[in-house]
Amino acid sequence: MTNLIPPAAIFIVGALFIPLIKGKLKRAYMLFLPVFAFITLVKMPEGKYWIVNVLDYGLVFGRIDKLSMVFGYIFTIISFIGVLFALKVKDDLQHVSAFMYAGGALGVTFAGDFISLYIFWEIMAIFSTFLILARKTKASEGAAVRYILVHLFGGLCFLAGIVLYIQNTGTIQFEYIGLNGLASWLIFIGIALNAAIPPLHPWLQDAYPEATVTGAVFLSALTTKSAVYLMARTFAGTELLIYIGAGMTAIPIFYAVLENDVRRVLAYSLINQVGFMMCGIGIGTQLAINGTVSHAFCHILYKALLFMSVGSVLHMTGKIRCTDLGGLYKTMPLTCLFCMIGAASISAFPLFSGFVSKSMIVSASSHEKLIVVWFILQFASAGVFHHAGIKVPFFTFFGHDSGIRTKEPPLNMLLAMGIAAFFCIGIAICPGPLYDILPYPVHYAPYTGAHVVGQLQLLMFGALAFTLLILSGYYPAEMRAINLDTDLFYRKAARLFYYIMDKALNGLNSFSNRNIAEVLPAFVGGLSKNPVTSLVTYFMRTAGKDNLAIEDFKRETRPEGTNLIPMGVPVLISMAILFLLFLVFALKI
Amino acid sequence: MKKELKIFDNPRNVKRLLGFFYFSLLVLLIVDFFIHKHAEFPWEGATNFFAVYGYVSCVLLIFIAKILRIFIKRDENYYD
Repeated sequence: MTNLIPPAAIFIVGALFIPLIKGKLKRAYMLFLPVFAFITLVKMPEGKYWIVNVLDYGLVFGRIDKLSMVFGYIFTIISFIGVLFALKVKDDLQHVSAFMYAGGALGVTFAGDFISLYIFWEIMAIFSTFLILARKTKASEGAAVRYILVHLFGGLCFLAGIVLYIQNTGTIQFEYIGLNGLASWLIFIGIALNAAIPPLHPWLQDAYPEATVTGAVFLSALTTKSAVYLMARTFAGTELLIYIGAGMTAIPIFYAVLENDVRRVLAYSLINQVGFMMCGIGIGTQLAINGTVSHAFCHILYKALLFMSVGSVLHMTGKIRCTDLGGLYKTMPLTCLFCMIGAASISAFPLFSGFVSKSMIVSASSHEKLIVVWFILQFASAGVFHHAGIKVPFFTFFGHDSGIRTKEPPLNMLLAMGIAAFFCIGIAICPGPLYDILPYPVHYAPYTGAHVVGQLQLLMFGALAFTLLILSGYYPAEMRAINLDTDLFYRKAARLFYYIMDKALNGLNSFSNRNIAEVLPAFVGGLSKNPVTSLVTYFMRTAGKDNLAIEDFKRETRPEGTNLIPMGVPVLISMAILFLLFLVFALKI
Repeated sequence: MKKELKIFDNPRNVKRLLGFFYFSLLVLLIVDFFIHKHAEFPWEGATNFFAVYGYVSCVLLIFIAKILRIFIKRDENYYD
């Protein structure tokens, strides 16, 4: 059965009606949209749908296959959870933006051609910006401007690549691209920027922590994962991605250890997790792609859960820095529990969702005998437990008692967290349904004795290191500070650019003002007052023959009567020239 | 307002938790001797390899992060 409405359209058109509806009906309507989109998706058989012919091109709004379906499912599921979490927000701008943004992500997922893909890609960039702006602080404003500028840059690379690609191949349809030639590199950079591949990543840790409490949930789920989807479709098996991915898993965890803002810690661990996915895409075997896709699915849920739980803390206390928080388990036990479930899932503890997905990518690396990559991935696995698994819950809910006494967030927020937590545990206990929807048949058993014990050892002895370091006082102290990242280059460079432009252009301006507006007219004025006298005097002086200068010509002794040309002469000449011009044009006509 | 949880205000409870934690580590070390392994790499098969690697990784992580902090730490208003 073919539905008449593509899922992206359900979101994007549906979003337009949100401001028109009020009260309980509005809440019901917002919750209904993702459910409706999900139901239409479930019934879709594979194939290409919603083909619209524009000019000579056939736009494909529905490329339905196993890869796109997984992402379609998870994007609608997370939209439902995100909307439920944001249900009581009284800002229509945020609701509409969130739906447009999620609609854009669905559009990207199901786009079968480059033109509609690019349009949805930019819809995502624009409407996600509003989720940052809507926080309405000075910091969020600055972050949002940097965010959109960076994404417009990425979008332009992407567009340039697309135009070249269409020029080269003559078709707007796309499948596997692979790295060869300028067009593919530009497309690759465009996707890489959205996937937050270092050094193109700093927009993520810059902007997400400044977003609204509810907006961050959508942000954490959609932009990077739609890029993961696109990368998996177009660049699977690109060897470069293995090394990029491995580096991406390791670098952010050092920052995460030092970071003070809890949501920024989560942003760094988001980059780390996407690194696992990039690595899987680079390896490109069936096991690796399955691992990547299932990890994206699980990751969206537990990362959203983590952002929701610390977002609840921010919502209830107004504070988000490690230095300001601590001891909140006393008054927010449920939020604390949900946070710990998210933390256990991202750390890939057995019986939590990360365990059944991430391990596929790690196994794929060992199947391909990628020794160094395997060691880095294991290091990153221990590291992610260290900062996202322990640090976030510990400094927020335990650690020193900050003295803050608050209460649990509203019921809708708790429910949204509860659903995400349910998925995190449910997928781990019963991974079958997830494995069934993966792109390739799954022959993978996560729960072997060696794997469970190995993983537990890796994590628990990482925790031992944390415990001993905390008890010994060697652990890096929580500090009110920021850490330099590659955004330094554009944040400081922008300032440098401004400084240079300021000095150069304003310097030129004042130079012009001084010389052209003041000195030159005075000189010309003096010259035109008595041209012949002045020129002769000037000539004599330059020639060093001051003695030849007629006394009358010397400025100081010059009598009034030496004006050789009466005022009327220049006027006459001007009139003559004007008449000449008139004649020239008149004759031409 | 609901009653506060104060379970970790009592130092004895913290000690109990730590005791349980150390005990579980010990169990993990012992269990590893009896696990059948089918390793891709030779070191994966070594007993308690993951315990050592997990511990060393995290100590290294903190050690490098502390050095990194010297170079990248800036005041909170650095960009303002």
